[in-house]
Amino acid sequence: MSSKNMFTSSVGKKLVMAFTGIFLILFLIVHAGLNACIWANDEGLMFNKAAHFMGSFVVPRVLEIGLFLGIFLHILQGYMLTLENRSKRSVGYAVNYAKGSKWYSRSMALLGTLLLMFLVMHIYHFWTPSRLGGIGGIKSLSVFDKNGVEYHNLYAEMQLVFENPLVVLLYVLACGSLGYHLAHGFQSAFKTIGIHNKRYHALISTIGYGFAILIPLAFAMMPISFYFKLIN
Amino acid sequence: MSHNTMNLKLKVWRQKNANVAGAFKTYEVNDISDEMSFLEMLDVLNEKLIVTGDEPIAFDHDCREGICGMCSLYIDGKPHGPWQANTTCQLHMRAFKDGDTITIEPWRSNAFPIVKDLTVDRGAFDRIIQAGGYISVNTGNAVDGNSLPINKDNADAAFAAAMCIGCGACVAACKNSSAMLFLSAKVSHLALLPQGEPERKSRVLNMVAQMDKEGFGSCTNTGACEAACPKEISIANIARLNKEYLRAGLTAE
Repeated sequence: MSSKNMFTSSVGKKLVMAFTGIFLILFLIVHAGLNACIWANDEGLMFNKAAHFMGSFVVPRVLEIGLFLGIFLHILQGYMLTLENRSKRSVGYAVNYAKGSKWYSRSMALLGTLLLMFLVMHIYHFWTPSRLGGIGGIKSLSVFDKNGVEYHNLYAEMQLVFENPLVVLLYVLACGSLGYHLAHGFQSAFKTIGIHNKRYHALISTIGYGFAILIPLAFAMMPISFYFKLIN
Repeated sequence: MSHNTMNLKLKVWRQKNANVAGAFKTYEVNDISDEMSFLEMLDVLNEKLIVTGDEPIAFDHDCREGICGMCSLYIDGKPHGPWQANTTCQLHMRAFKDGDTITIEPWRSNAFPIVKDLTVDRGAFDRIIQAGGYISVNTGNAVDGNSLPINKDNADAAFAAAMCIGCGACVAACKNSSAMLFLSAKVSHLALLPQGEPERKSRVLNMVAQMDKEGFGSCTNTGACEAACPKEISIANIARLNKEYLRAGLTAE
């Protein structure tokens, strides 16, 4: 008996995917909630304040490090598992068994890759200019609070980025990938951490599908709101 | 009841042994009764092959009653053929129409090496069971059936898990060649009963370690195994396996 390779066995690797996945789900709630401030229709005042708080206060900055680690681990483990699992069947079937499972449950690596590509673009658009000041090639936009402290005007940045219809389209498509990734990932993560009774599993599945629709929809509405000038 | 016959085309995987490459070969079978079982249809073809001096097709079978777990065959893209909750031996030819082409493949997984044609070596499952899928008891007289109180729900769930016949359809159906539905059924049926309690933690750790050693993939909860399982073993067992594993990993010495 050995529990020393608990997180490196086949079940253990799933646990890593599930724990990091649930952490990223929690992040999505915070991210969507914070970004929803753009709809306050106050020219981004509330949103900029919230973003400034996240960027300057120590707790979210520490969590940010955890977030990057979590994303890195989730991606790395995901790719390693995909390659490993593929290597287990050297000769494939002539007719694949597609009816027994949903396409998106079999395509988590593909959906995840699309999300990774989106993530690179997304970090370039918003994270680097706001944290590192304009490295993303977009000039740094500044606003001042009532004490005269300068901070980045992320709201203006969003207005600028989402003027491009191609960017808006890519963001909306990425939200579609996120939705399908979550549709499988949410309930699968809870199965992996061991929830198996019918009542809670049905509840988690329902919440999971709701989450997979609502969160990506909220995110997709952000570039759409800017592009079609639904907010000022 | 009307009795129909049909003519079929079969695309069968032929492979001499594990060391040489295999290929599909097409055969025609005529006047097949729709009341025949799928294996009887293959018997008819084999009789014909023997008469013509060809090598008969090797396939696994034993009880032909759907309870032993010996028959396999990946038929038209599904383990055990088109019917739900059914083994190949209990699949009947009325599932097909005259003129159909049926593709027959072996279970595909590196952990199940091909012995010949459609026969694969499922010894990996036996070694997983040997790693902990049992209870250690001193022999003696059988104890009274009611001396151990067992909750009815647990007894039912344990029985449902114990329905697993170890045929390997879950591995064949899974895109990752994962054996976790099989393993979870074996772990669940003992974890739910008091007899399984003393070895509960070492069992799950050792059986998972053996499963990994055999070269099966890991589960991504797609649900293909559950859909293909002839005994309708629930995927909820895999969640229970995960829980058992997490619990054992965190608390076992």
